[in-house]
Amino acid sequence: MTEMTLQVVSFLVENKPGVLFKVSNLFRRRGYNIQGITVGTIEGTGLSRMTVTVEADSRVLNQILEQLDKMVEVVKVKRLDPIRAVSRELLLVKLRTADPMARQEVLGYINAYHGLILDVEPDILIAEVTGAPEEIDEFLRDIRPIGVEEMSRTGATALERGTMKLA
Amino acid sequence: MPEMTGAEAYVKALEIEGVEYIFGVTGAAIMPICDELLKSNIRYVGGAHEQGSAHMADGYARASGRVGVVQATSGPGATNIVTGMATAQLDSSPVVAFTGQVPKGMVGTDAFQEVDIIGVTASVTKHNIQVMEAAEVPHAVKAAFYIASTGRRGAVLVDLPKDVQTDKAEMVFPEKVEFRGYHPNIEPSPNEIHWAATLLAKARRPVIIAGGGVIASGASQELVSLAEMIQAPVAHSLMGKGSMPSDHPLSLGLCGMHGRYEANKIVPEADVLLIVGARLSDRTTGSIDGFAPNARIIHIDLDRSEIDKNVDSITRVVGDAKLALRGIMEKIALQKINGNRDETIIKKIEEFRAQTSELRSDSPLPGPEVIRAIRRAMPRDSIAVTDVGQHQMWAAQHYDVYGPGTFFTSGGLGTMGWGTPAAIGAKAARGDLPVLNISGDGSFAMTENNLAIAVDEGFPITIVILNNHMLGMVAQWQRLFYDHRYSAVNRPIHPDFAKLAESYGAEGVYVDSIQGLEAALRRAVGSDYTTVIDVPIDPEENVYPMVPPGMGLKDILLGDD
Repeated sequence: MTEMTLQVVSFLVENKPGVLFKVSNLFRRRGYNIQGITVGTIEGTGLSRMTVTVEADSRVLNQILEQLDKMVEVVKVKRLDPIRAVSRELLLVKLRTADPMARQEVLGYINAYHGLILDVEPDILIAEVTGAPEEIDEFLRDIRPIGVEEMSRTGATALERGTMKLA
Repeated sequence: MPEMTGAEAYVKALEIEGVEYIFGVTGAAIMPICDELLKSNIRYVGGAHEQGSAHMADGYARASGRVGVVQATSGPGATNIVTGMATAQLDSSPVVAFTGQVPKGMVGTDAFQEVDIIGVTASVTKHNIQVMEAAEVPHAVKAAFYIASTGRRGAVLVDLPKDVQTDKAEMVFPEKVEFRGYHPNIEPSPNEIHWAATLLAKARRPVIIAGGGVIASGASQELVSLAEMIQAPVAHSLMGKGSMPSDHPLSLGLCGMHGRYEANKIVPEADVLLIVGARLSDRTTGSIDGFAPNARIIHIDLDRSEIDKNVDSITRVVGDAKLALRGIMEKIALQKINGNRDETIIKKIEEFRAQTSELRSDSPLPGPEVIRAIRRAMPRDSIAVTDVGQHQMWAAQHYDVYGPGTFFTSGGLGTMGWGTPAAIGAKAARGDLPVLNISGDGSFAMTENNLAIAVDEGFPITIVILNNHMLGMVAQWQRLFYDHRYSAVNRPIHPDFAKLAESYGAEGVYVDSIQGLEAALRRAVGSDYTTVIDVPIDPEENVYPMVPPGMGLKDILLGDD
């Protein structure tokens, strides 16, 4: 009941100015701790989908769902069951590769995680890795000792499996 | 489609909504609208300060059951209504605010008198919108009234840049508006009704707590009928005062921190506790563990997010209180009410009630006696509002009310200074009834400039100030929890409130006896002018009963020792 776990909440909002502000303001003022948030428009609908990853126990999770649902601009809201959903995140990472050994190792890991190399310069490269958030965590654990120069994670976006849909 | 300016469309849209009054203060960014209002029959009541105007709109809304409208200019005008919006929002009062804004092209440049009022009020409104095209004005006005007045009611703000007011457009006035994410009319589910009814019918010691939702939904009659049907005593939250007549045998009165003895003793005894339209704030529950430890809780609320927010329920009914209570009564009528009822708590109501009413005090003019004297002098059919502090709690405990819509107070936000302007708004709504503000010296001084509006605009009200030259409730806490260390609670003995009232063109009276108070009050409510009655009370007197913060309802204190 009171155990804090990472939860993924997916919701559709009206694609209007200020809605992202109101959503994040709601999370701030109620003290909900956002781990990640992604937003993208859904073409032809006037809606955007937001995916928020948040640490919450069941009471807080329930409040997040109800408080979001109360917002006039929020059309539909749902907690995604991790077993019933696919969740992906994109990572861009800048890696030092001056040392030939390091270069080999880096290329090996990028390959193992099905990553892409987006840019190469003499001593540095930029790679892209997508995957479930835990996979991104693992990739970073593996590669960090070799030399991460800079990185940017998008936060998770997610969809429910099967025929269920939000809209 | 007629072409008109945003300001013309605004006034027409308000007329379509049937607006009688706009309360507000003018200023540069709202002048096109103010000018346009000269052509309308809507009465524009100019204020002394926008906070007062917002509270007037709130008082009007509560007393009329309709939307109250406040209007302010940009910048400081807009920020001055923030307290009023928060007060209305927390007490679910339908208030719509319209603020002027700098012209669209200057938004975001920190122009003169620019403030991001959408950002500022996002946390204290049910909804807010900035209108960026003149053609959108009719829809925005309709939407604001619709959202403020439906579902769980609340405060809505519409921000209108100055050029949106002056630009011309072809205007369409929609008959209704819809939002994909807003569906306020919730029918209680038969299943939920069934479970609630079954639990209540089987209860041995059922108790009800009624909140402001009972009054908002007009469910007082249903509440009384259900209570009588199952013989359940009824306590109320501060906002629920008036949901059941104080002189009803099953009425327990106020529950919570300064609740009456009978309420706080009986609520924790419940085996089934029905909550109707109350959000169970800390001031109502005391410590959650001591609130209703053995009760199975049924929670009826129109706002689903209030259920299980603070207190876990075993079953819920989401929807309008009136429909829910009717449904429950129909279901109970088909069942057998528990023959094995425990009548002991019912039998104790009278005894506990006497313990609240007979609390002794050494003060020459004890607060509770002042409140009871006020009640004796006020006509049965009248409206009382309060400010915030000791006088408010004494009024909540001892000012008997006989029906919904006759007692209003700033419950959720606890806004000192709310009473006087709210009384003016209530008088605007109910010119046929005497309107009284029960106030304190600290609260009254915060918005006393509204006396000018009461007098000049012809809204005669009566104000009784329980004057201890103290911020009395804070002083009480400093006596009880800070070892008598007074910090920033002593108030100057100036002004002389009677003389102050006279300078505003009102009647000012100083009385220092119960008889004098009753006589002055009878004169005041029988007259057609505004009266301020200044009553000295004991600065050392505490409000009892009291449940110390963090304690359970049963840990109720009846006095200093």
